Amino acid sequence: MSKRKGVYAAKVKRATHMLFFRRHQKPGVKGWELHKTLGADYPKVLDVLDDYLKNLDLQVKTVFEEEKTPAAKPTLEEYDKARFYVTLRGDLTPKEAKMIGWRIDDLAGLAVAISYIISKKGQAQRKDVEDLLCEKLPGWKVGLNIERYIRYGYLNQDDNAQLYLDWRTRAEVDQKALIDMLLNAEKQSTLPVASSKEGEEEEFDETGKESEED
Amino acid sequence: MQSVKNAKLGREKLQRIIEMCMAIEAHAVDPFMLDVDDIIKVTKEYFPEWEKPEDLNLDAETIHHLASVIKLQSEWVKHRSTSLYTDPFLLEEKITQTPKEDMVGVFLRTWHPIVELEQISVHSLAEALRYWETLLPLSERWKELAPDEIGTGFATRDELIKQRVLGDKLFSEELEKFWLELKETVEKKGHEGKMRYWDFVGAETYEDTVQRAFLTSFLITYGYATLEIHPLEELTFIKPFEKPQTRIRTEQAVSVPIAVTYDDWQKWRRGEMD
Repeated sequence: MSKRKGVYAAKVKRATHMLFFRRHQKPGVKGWELHKTLGADYPKVLDVLDDYLKNLDLQVKTVFEEEKTPAAKPTLEEYDKARFYVTLRGDLTPKEAKMIGWRIDDLAGLAVAISYIISKKGQAQRKDVEDLLCEKLPGWKVGLNIERYIRYGYLNQDDNAQLYLDWRTRAEVDQKALIDMLLNAEKQSTLPVASSKEGEEEEFDETGKESEED
Repeated sequence: MQSVKNAKLGREKLQRIIEMCMAIEAHAVDPFMLDVDDIIKVTKEYFPEWEKPEDLNLDAETIHHLASVIKLQSEWVKHRSTSLYTDPFLLEEKITQTPKEDMVGVFLRTWHPIVELEQISVHSLAEALRYWETLLPLSERWKELAPDEIGTGFATRDELIKQRVLGDKLFSEELEKFWLELKETVEKKGHEGKMRYWDFVGAETYEDTVQRAFLTSFLITYGYATLEIHPLEELTFIKPFEKPQTRIRTEQAVSVPIAVTYDDWQKWRRGEMD
């Protein structure tokens, strides 16, 4: 192995450690942290890592500051301000979603809340979102669910009870695709989803996730 | 008379426009409810009437709020033209009509959850064990620090001076002497019975300067001198009193913190404190 390759292999390894293992309260790593540890060529290191992860159906996701994805090739300064995550490259089946800790109702509620907020130019009254969710979910659960979405970082709420999309939605959800697909929803066949009968115990280890978040 | 009536009407109209603009800015009203051309016409119509500053101010305020509304209109158009824009009513309709299974299906195709691990490594375990070995038991760490029993006794003045609790002179004597020095220095180097604070406290060494500043603070507190501060010029003067002021103050005493840092002392030495 050439010296250069060896250096890159070591940097990829270091980047993997930084990206996979949670270092702060929120997951992900800031560009400047990678810059400091890996050097100025860290975007290249991340490209190499991203290539490795392809086979595992994972990817290195870059979330630029204030969602301003640069039109041309991002500058090092823009990368330094961005946040990097490792996310799933493809998509989950409903069964898998359940396995990682989401009930179908909760996931549907999240999808509704996110798409409604997007349609309202990124902010909506909590009351409006609750009313919408109450049409299909029991009222007692709606409030709890919204609190959970906020706690996980999907939504954010200000003092005026306005809901916004938060960092996790920006990192995990392809917003444009979500809206496009939702509008074309009737054209696609209903996806096979594990049924969720009322009262059926299909909770995953919510306690585990809760304690981890808190 | 006609002109006065006209101006009054104009003022009312501008007030209403401002209120409307503010409602739009608060997102209570659709920004396109406001006809910008009409508003400009109104402001133009009444502009010649304005002579008083408050009327001109009102006119400027109207234009300012109008500009904010135009900005909101532009943002609205920009958002509509982006690929992310969807008619909220259409989307709401879709959301309510789509079965939750389909909703989840759609969401799962656009959701790429973050992968993160929380795992302990052999290295961190070894590190933790090393820490544990060096960690003192709680009984030792939280041991109550019982005060050493020391019998009461007498300390001589010499002992207190040695322990630097007391100076080698009586403090009041020292203060009086220092006050006389201040009066003499002001007489020689001062102007109008006062002199620059730093010119008085500044000494050959930084330690001496701090000592002088310390004593000066007592001169001021005990009514031997006062400070005169010119905040705009950032100048502080010290002014000795002919006799110590012992009368009871009627106004609230004010504490004036003056930093005597090493940098300031060096600046003073270089003559840069002006």
